[in-house]
Amino acid sequence: MTSTDLNIILPEILLALGAMAGLMAGVYGGKDRSAGLICWGIAGLMAALAAFIGLTGFGDNVAFGGMFHDDGFARFAKVAILLSAAGVLVMGQDYMARRGLLRFEYPVLVALSVVGMMVMVSAGDLMALYMGLELQSLALYVVSALRRDSVKSTEAGLKYFVLGALSSGLLLYGASLVYGFAGTTVFSGILAAAGDGQAPIGLLIGLVFVIAGMAFKVSAVPFHMWTPDVYEGSPTPVTAFFATAPKIAAMALFARVMHGAFGGVTSDWSQVIALISLLSMFLGAIAAIGQMNIKRLMAYSSIAHMGYALMGLAAGTQFGVQAMLIYMAIYVAMNVGTFAFILSMEQDGTPVSDIRSLNLYAKAEPGRALALLVLLFSLAGVPPFLGFFGKLYVLRAAYEAGLVWLAVAGVIASVIGAYYYLRLVYLMWFGAEGSSVDTNRAPVLWVFLMGSAAVMVFGVINLFGIEGAAAAAAATLVP
Amino acid sequence: MIGLEHYLTVAATLFVIGIFGIFLNRKNVIVLLMSIELVLLAVNINLVAFSSFLGDLVGQVFTLFVLTVAAAEAAIGLAILVTFFRNRGTIDVEDVNVMKG
Repeated sequence: MTSTDLNIILPEILLALGAMAGLMAGVYGGKDRSAGLICWGIAGLMAALAAFIGLTGFGDNVAFGGMFHDDGFARFAKVAILLSAAGVLVMGQDYMARRGLLRFEYPVLVALSVVGMMVMVSAGDLMALYMGLELQSLALYVVSALRRDSVKSTEAGLKYFVLGALSSGLLLYGASLVYGFAGTTVFSGILAAAGDGQAPIGLLIGLVFVIAGMAFKVSAVPFHMWTPDVYEGSPTPVTAFFATAPKIAAMALFARVMHGAFGGVTSDWSQVIALISLLSMFLGAIAAIGQMNIKRLMAYSSIAHMGYALMGLAAGTQFGVQAMLIYMAIYVAMNVGTFAFILSMEQDGTPVSDIRSLNLYAKAEPGRALALLVLLFSLAGVPPFLGFFGKLYVLRAAYEAGLVWLAVAGVIASVIGAYYYLRLVYLMWFGAEGSSVDTNRAPVLWVFLMGSAAVMVFGVINLFGIEGAAAAAAATLVP
Repeated sequence: MIGLEHYLTVAATLFVIGIFGIFLNRKNVIVLLMSIELVLLAVNINLVAFSSFLGDLVGQVFTLFVLTVAAAEAAIGLAILVTFFRNRGTIDVEDVNVMKG
């Protein structure tokens, strides 16, 4: 019994032990001198665990009396989380080291937050959900304030902490109401108590609070206020991390709670999520237009992308969940490449994030400019790149579920949003003469940028098979 | 006789005070931390009241988890606040404004 349970959560245990080992190595191995090694070690462990989960995971395993589900859905999310976290760790190392930020706590905290994310996406109980969410959030509050001597970074940490704690409070209050009116915290029990379209009113109030708390975590409008400030203030590798793994985890958690615990009352929550999705898409598209800081721009871009991913969830169908998973996988692949480029932007050794520094970048660095062009087109959803197919999936899901107005609005928002991506492209090719940005020529960044751009181009052939994997994953969540 | 609804009312009141404390407070970040604690305590009252009413122990176990996490959260919040104070020299909410948002 216990050994079976422990066997099921083996990847989480191994990663937590890896974090502990990193902590020990940092303390006894000369503090920050070993930080680079710990980074590589933990990134390697994450990649190995991703391979282990992806290749050997099988079936629907339930551990600890329904508190922990190791099913296809959780495995899909975990592989994406682990790979993107490992990529971001490797990518940001050079940046951190050159600015004296590569402390050994950084990889350890990232590993702990990834453990939290893995628990979140596997949660089958409100308690497991809360513990995973808090493990992730507490580690993220600290990494966002990693640059202790910078006003911006500590302010980002403070804002993220206050709003994150508030969102946890909202979610928890909702969880307490759900517990009270369902009489249990296990998702399958809540599913039974909520019934088919006849849920008690207390349960629905709890549901609204839970949705509000989770919308905070995925930075969906109207709970997005922290995103631009935290993205701008945190060190860029940390921003890259915020834009990737936690987003998949929070979105997967959203889907699991909605379908796993409230699958019987789809019509009650799908309209709320459709509204959140609509607002996110438009706010992300419109507010990004005036931004001159590329990190703030990426923050609004991620708000808009979360809107599209939520569109898949709002459909409330199995295909909707599949579309959401595909969208998130593509989104993460695009963002890793884009942030690899942002990490390489510097002037005289200091990082720059003003988009005007990209003036005529294409003349200096045609190869990188072309790769960024592919990524930006993909982010904007221009065919024939992969980002377009991600959007196509969620739009189709919304259309098939009868949310035609939402699909139409999504197309309009994506046209508005294309403006600010294309403005970056314009600056790179036809911008004004002026001091241009230098490029950090670290090979790791080049590999991630070019690899991500290549994925956007060649992925259109068969999406690297994730379509089938996402379909299988969605089928385990939505019967 | 004090019933479930009395407990729920107290918890809801505390919760609303906590939320308003976060949004209306313009003075001090410490007050924000206190408001967050208030929200979590409201949740705990809810959970214990439901647990007793349902005759089910899970709610009280949940409460213990929440208490533990709340302590960790307060520690991290104060640590971030200390680093912020070192850089900025103030902990007024109105001075948390280097980045507009």
